[in-house]
Amino acid sequence: MASVATSPQPVPPQALPAPRERVSSWPLIDRICYWLCWVTGIGLCVIAVGIVLYMFVKGIGYLRPELFVKSPSASLRQTQSGGFLDPIIGTLIVTAIGTAVAAPTGIALGVWLSEYRRPRWLARVVGSSIEILAGVPSIVLALFGLLIVSQGFLSFLSQGSPQGSLGESFLDAGLFMALLAMPLIVAATYEALEQVPNRVREASCALGKTRITTIRRVLLPSIRPSMAGGVVLGMGRIIGDTAIVTVLLGLTLKNESVGSTPIIGTLRGTGSTLTSYVYYNSPAGEGNSHEKAYAAAFVLLMIVLLLNAIVTRITRGSEPGARSWWSRFSIQVRSIAGPSS
Amino acid sequence: MDPLMPPPIRRIVVDRDPNVAPPTASNGGGAATALAGPRKRRPASTPALVQERMRLESVWLAYGSNWVVRDVSMTVRQGEVLALIGASGSGKTTLLRSLNRLTEVTEGAARSGRITLDDADIHEVEVNELRRRVTMVFQQPNPFPMTIFDNVAYALAERNGRRRRRRTPGIEAAVEDALRRAGLYEEVAGDLDRSALALSGGQQQRLCIARALAAKPEVLLLDEPCSALDPISTATIEELIVQLRETIAIVIVTHNLQQAFRVADEVAFMHLGELVEYGSSEQVFDHPRQQRTRDYISGDFG
Repeated sequence: MASVATSPQPVPPQALPAPRERVSSWPLIDRICYWLCWVTGIGLCVIAVGIVLYMFVKGIGYLRPELFVKSPSASLRQTQSGGFLDPIIGTLIVTAIGTAVAAPTGIALGVWLSEYRRPRWLARVVGSSIEILAGVPSIVLALFGLLIVSQGFLSFLSQGSPQGSLGESFLDAGLFMALLAMPLIVAATYEALEQVPNRVREASCALGKTRITTIRRVLLPSIRPSMAGGVVLGMGRIIGDTAIVTVLLGLTLKNESVGSTPIIGTLRGTGSTLTSYVYYNSPAGEGNSHEKAYAAAFVLLMIVLLLNAIVTRITRGSEPGARSWWSRFSIQVRSIAGPSS
Repeated sequence: MDPLMPPPIRRIVVDRDPNVAPPTASNGGGAATALAGPRKRRPASTPALVQERMRLESVWLAYGSNWVVRDVSMTVRQGEVLALIGASGSGKTTLLRSLNRLTEVTEGAARSGRITLDDADIHEVEVNELRRRVTMVFQQPNPFPMTIFDNVAYALAERNGRRRRRRTPGIEAAVEDALRRAGLYEEVAGDLDRSALALSGGQQQRLCIARALAAKPEVLLLDEPCSALDPISTATIEELIVQLRETIAIVIVTHNLQQAFRVADEVAFMHLGELVEYGSSEQVFDHPRQQRTRDYISGDFG
């Protein structure tokens, strides 16, 4: 388009003013709903900002650097009871185990549900099972988990006890946290694959590529943002959960390791996470050191908010034109989903 | 002039720079120049070697209980372009898709009769190998959401199953060769790492052709490749088809009679699943044997 002659550009016409419309001309029911939308929307914003501000004001005052590096210890005096290093590590371990188990299995399941789903009855059963799993309260999942992991033959996951297995360890908790996160990852993968138009699969097929090559090299790369979004949502679910920690992690003050093998010992041992730490130090729990509860809750909130921000960034991507590592992928996904122009 | 003659063919001159408007002809053809010369865009020399590649023997195709192709027999030869013409719903696309067994992706598709590729029944050829040898370009440009380079490299047969993002000189040469053959290389050479979806529609379609060529096919199936494109892109692709037929057997489905007239050596006219007329382009367009063909070509079909 280099040789197009440039003629003097006409002055662009002025934009028309927006059409005037009065809410008073609407039917009454529409007006009520309209104001309700405003009230609930603003109300939600107020509540969200309130929580963040409240935790910020309450938490930041008690937040000391040494809280991050000291292990908690049992003491009635606040100066002696240590920090929350162990709960932070506990949260990290549980999240890592849960994500490491849930992400590959969830993505594989999402791919199978979308691309293979044969036999049909099995796909239907699997789909409903995932829905059920997504709806099960985590405390029910935790109790069911305890029933299973306290079987003697699973004692390698935790400490053995005279009755069989203690059933409380990072491994046990992480595995059932994975069940909590998996439905989110399956749903994200499945929904994203359903959005990919069939002509992309056909094009690959017509080039003599097998279905698995198509999935690995065309489909999965194109839905990467959705998968990442699902994984991060699952991580948020794991970090925020208390019930499974209470039942399956043992709730010891420090991360107690089992045996002398360094990493395996910790994984088989008991411990606590930030959520359980907050609960036990809050006025509702036993620790009765609410300053530390507030400080830990603040840290927890910050972690979850950070994850939320990451999800938003990944799934929405950046505006077209912005150059960043995720923009390439997100633009691609938008273009597949919509008709190419 | 014979009233049954097809409408005069207008040819848009495409040279090195398609953006420059050609000199207006004396009869005032606007941007398009009506050529008074040969009606066909065929190069002066017909290919030396015309060789039979695929053969269809009384092929019937059905979706469920619905017959869409009835008893079609024809031959696909290298060195010639075979055009399938006919109204919508006449089974052209289905017939085309059956040539590399892509119909079988649709559920409930059934086939009887025999299709051979180099005298081997296509049911005895491994299906992915068959589809590599008989590749297809679709009506809608459908590049993968990757870079231009990856789009073509993906199709290279020798890279099947290998890890991506490994660029060897061999692969780069093969990608460049495919892009050149599709007439796209000059336009995209500067930035092969751009997303393929940022290309224009005509460029995307030529990328799809480059991708199909990268698989080193023996037969190329084109399903209305120009229906979504503007005349200039169409002319580029038609030029390309005429060049490619030397090395590859080409079957093209088209709604556009003039396009069939311009590119085809052999024409098959289908109606409601039946092969009404099949013969050389001259014969079908100039001296159709069947009344239905005559009606369709002259435009009073109904």
